[in-house]
Amino acid sequence: MADIQSTEARPGRSGLAQGQNLLAQLGQVPVLMVIAVIWLGFMLAVALLADVITPYPYTQIYLHNRLSTPVFMGGDWAHLLGTDELGRDVLSRLIASIRMSLLIAFGATIIGAVLGVTLGFVAAHFRGFIEQIVLALVDFSAAIPFLVLALAVLAFFGNSITLFICLLGLHAWERYARIARGLAISGNAQGYAAAVHQLGASPLRLYGRHILPNIASTLIVSMTLAFPEIILLESGLSFLGLGVQPPNTSLGNMVGFGREYLTGAPWIMLAPAFVITVTALSISLLGDWLRDKLDPTLT
Amino acid sequence: MLHYFGSRLLRAIVSVVMVVTFVFIVLRLSGDPAIVIMGADAPPEAVDAFRTSWGLDQPIWVQYLTFFKAIFSGDLGQSMRDGRDVVSVVLERVPSTLALTVPAFLLNVGIGIPAGVYAALHRNSAIDRFVMVMAVTGFAMPSFILAMLLVLVFSVSLGWLPSAGQDSWRHAILPIATMGFGGAALLARFTRSAMLEVLGQSYIRTASAKGLSWSAVVWRHALQNAAIPTVTIIGFMLGGLVAGAVVVESVFSWPGVGRLLVVSVANRDLAVVQAIVLMIAITMVAANLVVDVLYGLLDPKMQLQTRQARG
Repeated sequence: MADIQSTEARPGRSGLAQGQNLLAQLGQVPVLMVIAVIWLGFMLAVALLADVITPYPYTQIYLHNRLSTPVFMGGDWAHLLGTDELGRDVLSRLIASIRMSLLIAFGATIIGAVLGVTLGFVAAHFRGFIEQIVLALVDFSAAIPFLVLALAVLAFFGNSITLFICLLGLHAWERYARIARGLAISGNAQGYAAAVHQLGASPLRLYGRHILPNIASTLIVSMTLAFPEIILLESGLSFLGLGVQPPNTSLGNMVGFGREYLTGAPWIMLAPAFVITVTALSISLLGDWLRDKLDPTLT
Repeated sequence: MLHYFGSRLLRAIVSVVMVVTFVFIVLRLSGDPAIVIMGADAPPEAVDAFRTSWGLDQPIWVQYLTFFKAIFSGDLGQSMRDGRDVVSVVLERVPSTLALTVPAFLLNVGIGIPAGVYAALHRNSAIDRFVMVMAVTGFAMPSFILAMLLVLVFSVSLGWLPSAGQDSWRHAILPIATMGFGGAALLARFTRSAMLEVLGQSYIRTASAKGLSWSAVVWRHALQNAAIPTVTIIGFMLGGLVAGAVVVESVFSWPGVGRLLVVSVANRDLAVVQAIVLMIAITMVAANLVVDVLYGLLDPKMQLQTRQARG
C-alpha cells in the first residue's frame, strides 16, 4: 500500500508540458526503440491486413504435404515457414494467430483499464465505506496469482472467446484502480477540481473531462506495461489448451500443438515462440522508455 | 509496531474470507453445486446425500456458514474421477511441487540478488549490460517457451537430460532451471534499480565522505537499505512461482499440484479445482503476511515509531 501513499502525495502534472517535452526528445530516441516500434508497427500491419497477405487459408489441410521443412532449413518457397502435422501452412497460421493474440490483448487491456479507472474514481469520489470495499477487492486480486484465478473461472464456466477476453480484462485492473484512486484524490485536492465542482459540473463531467486528461499519461504507461503481460498470459493459457480453442488459433496455441512435434518439426513451435518473445520484449522496452520519459515516479 | 502487525493480520484474514466467498459465489453461479461437484451422471441418492450433508436445502446464508465450516474442517468433497477425498488428492501432490519450487526459489534469490547488486555497483560495465539483457529477456520470454528451448537443446539435440517424467533427480534439472532463470531475471532487475536508488542517496555520499571504505559503505549502508524494497518484491515473486509451477509442471509432465490443476480444469473436476485454489490463496496470503512482518522488522522507520511510542 506504500505506493498509494506516494501517489497521493504527488503534485498534479501538466499534460501539455509533457507533450512538448516528448516532441523535443524525439530527436534523441535510442536505436533499440526504433527497432521496437518498427517491429510493433509490422505486427499491427500483419494483424490488420491478415486476410490480404495470408498465402493460404489458415485452416486448409493438405495431407500430402505434411511437416515440410521451412526455407531456412532447406525447404521450398511454397511454404516459407514450412507446414504442420496436417499440412497446414505455418506462415498462414502464424498470421491468423498474430491477429487473434493482438485482438485479445487489445480488448483485455482496454477492459482492464476502463474497469480499474472507473472503480478507482468511484473509490476516490465516495471515500469511506465504498473506498474500503474497492481496496479490499484490490487486496483480493493480489492474493491469488491471476493464472490460477483464470483457470478456476474457466473450469467453472467453460470457454468462449468473449468470456476469455473479459477474463483477461480482469488482469491488472487493480493496478489501474490504485493509480486512478491515488491521482484522483490528489487531483480533488487541487484548485481546478474544486473550481469545476463549484461551477456546477456533475461528477461524471469532473472525472471524465478534467481529472482523466490530467492522469492520462500515467495510465497510458500502465497500459503499455500491462499489454505484454496479457500477451504472455493469453499464450500461456492457450498453450495449456485452456485458452483459445481450435479451429481458432493463437500464438500460444501454436506453441502448444507444436510441442508434440518438437523432435521432428521444431519449426512449428519456433516461429510463434519467436513472435511472442520479440513482441513482448518490444512493448516492454517501449513501456519502460515511455515511463522514464513521461513519468519517472511510476514503479 | 503492534498496530502495524495487527492491521496486516486483519487484512490477511479479510483476504482469506474474500477468497472463500469468491469460491462460494462462483460455485453457486455455475449451477446446482450438488450436480457440479458430484458430476452430472452421479447416482440420485448420492446427490441427495450430498445436498443434505452440505445443507443445500437451507437458506443461502446458512449455506454460506456451512461452507465456511466445511472448509475449515477440511471437508471439500470428493474427486469426480476416483471418488477420493480431494484434500488428500491435493496434499499427496504437494511434495512433488515443493521439490521444484523450493530449489527454484533458492536459485532466484541466489542468482538474482548478487547479479542485481553487482550490476548496480558496476553500472554500465559489460557485466551490467549482460545482466540487464538477461533480465529483460527473462521477462519477455514466457516460461513455456524457455522450457521448450531447454528441451530442444539439452534433450533433443544433446541428449543429456530427460524431457519429461519424475523418475530420477535428473528429471528435475530442466524444470528447476526454467523456473529458476525467470525469477532470477526479475529479481536481478528489481535489485539493481533498488540498489541504484540507494546509491544515489545523500547518506551514501556522507558515509563515503567521512572516510569509510567503499566496501563498508556498501555492506553497512547500501545493502541494508536496498533490502527493504527487495523483500517486498520477493512476496510478489511467490505468486509468480506458483503460476510458473502450473505451466512448467505441465510442460515436463511433472506430477505436482500445478499439473493436477490443469488436468482438473480440463476435466472439469471442480471439487479438486476448488481445493487447489483455496490452498494456493491461503498459502499466498500467509506468505505475504510473513513478508509484511519481515518488512516491519527490517525497516528502521517502523522501529523508530515503536521506540517513540514507548518513550
